[in-house]
Amino acid sequence: MSSENSTLVKLNNAGFKQNDKWLVEGVSLTIKKGKIVTLIGPNGSGKSTTAKIALGIYKNIEGSVEKYTNKVGYVPQKISIDWTLPLRVYDFMLLTENIKDEAIDEALTLTGVIHLKNKNLGNLSGGEFQRVLIARAISKKPELLVLDEPVQGVDYTGEIALYELIKRISDTLNCGILLISHDLHTVMTATDHVVCLNGHVCCSGTPMDVAKNNEYKTLFGEQASQILSVYEHKHDHVHSDKGEIKKN
Amino acid sequence: MFDDFFIRALIAGLGIALVTGPLGCFVVWRRLSYFGDTLAHSALLGVTLAYSFELNIALSVFIISSLIALILIQLQKKTNLPGDALLGLLAHSSLAVGLVVIGFLTFIRFDIMGLLFGDILAVTTDDLLIIWTGGAVILLVLKLIWKPLFASTVNYELAEAEGLNPDRAKAIFTILMAAVIAISIKMVGLLLITGMLIIPAAMARNISNSPQKMVLFSIIGGLLSVLLGLFSSLEFNTSSGPSIIMAALVLFILSLLNIKQSIKLKN
Repeated sequence: MSSENSTLVKLNNAGFKQNDKWLVEGVSLTIKKGKIVTLIGPNGSGKSTTAKIALGIYKNIEGSVEKYTNKVGYVPQKISIDWTLPLRVYDFMLLTENIKDEAIDEALTLTGVIHLKNKNLGNLSGGEFQRVLIARAISKKPELLVLDEPVQGVDYTGEIALYELIKRISDTLNCGILLISHDLHTVMTATDHVVCLNGHVCCSGTPMDVAKNNEYKTLFGEQASQILSVYEHKHDHVHSDKGEIKKN
Repeated sequence: MFDDFFIRALIAGLGIALVTGPLGCFVVWRRLSYFGDTLAHSALLGVTLAYSFELNIALSVFIISSLIALILIQLQKKTNLPGDALLGLLAHSSLAVGLVVIGFLTFIRFDIMGLLFGDILAVTTDDLLIIWTGGAVILLVLKLIWKPLFASTVNYELAEAEGLNPDRAKAIFTILMAAVIAISIKMVGLLLITGMLIIPAAMARNISNSPQKMVLFSIIGGLLSVLLGLFSSLEFNTSSGPSIIMAALVLFILSLLNIKQSIKLKN
């Protein structure tokens, strides 16, 4: 394992309560430079809440968060832009930091939306907006990238390309990534560490460890076992006759 | 060519427009028009206190408006009442208290109309100093908090997550609102200050496609409104506040025509 100073964020037994109801509790996890940590779990299991705890958006939390970086890029799950704001994609790219024009163009090109640079943000489609959100987060060259369902609404081929991009960014920028995804296939292939949530940490470990876990199997049922077979297939050439493989 | 009082009014009005332009954009973006009204209504109490204790009017209004803003924030935390009900409560009760206090101050002759709608004759050289130095400070502070304030206006969580401290920016902005009301009350009057904030910004929204342009057009709109308003006030002997606001309204209507034209061009 890498040394202690590569740690970007550390959650110690963290939890958050709203209106006397625990949204999530007892979460411990560490995000290090160059590593991808993925949160999975059913709706309402506290994935976004955990991300917001890690980001310091929620203040009155149980447990503790240690944050060792301020260079953060965040792609939230839900974001609504108001029509009262005349905001172009270009203005949005400069929202939290003054970034050089070249860096803006580079990021927009990487996510495939450079042609929308001067368009009004309110006129974009869901998928286009999502690409802009990712471009904004990576253009800052952050040390910590928090991606909450980053490819929602993006077409299938785009989805794969964006996940590849995310993986590449984690390698080239050597930044830590906290990823929330519904796509178990991606999770199981591109992640260093998986945390399976269901109001608490139900299991965690390498994708392989989690895939074998019984609680994980109960949570995700049929899909989970399929993914396991895909995963095993990808990484163990002996079992080539097992089940069907989803083609990319 | 013009009387001294008119020159003073002109300098004062232009100074105010420079400040209300950018601040007004945030009032529109953050949906704070009723909040502005509340602070403005509470300004009457500030004025009466200024007369009672012989304080500077702008200073006294600034203190009372800031106080009302603080009380509002506390009430929002401690009660379950909706925000607009709390604003109404504070706006009308502070207006009522102000009017009752005026009733007790029988030894002073009040120009109520002047307070409510502005009075160009009342602008002194001291006021000019307050407006221009106060205005410069307000603009400087706004420039310093622009990034976090604007980012959190677009999306609070993005600003917070990426380390911009939006809560501090919001608190500072509230104080700036109290300050702009304090420096413009004599000129525009407490019933119409919010109009000076909102109407040029609303006009600017109709003709701009980026935040910077909207701020720029809002300032230009405010400056034009003051010029048009004050000259017509002189010409037709009307109150300065309503004349300026009416000029702003005319500009707003013209900006609507611009929208119609651009829609036609697109089709």
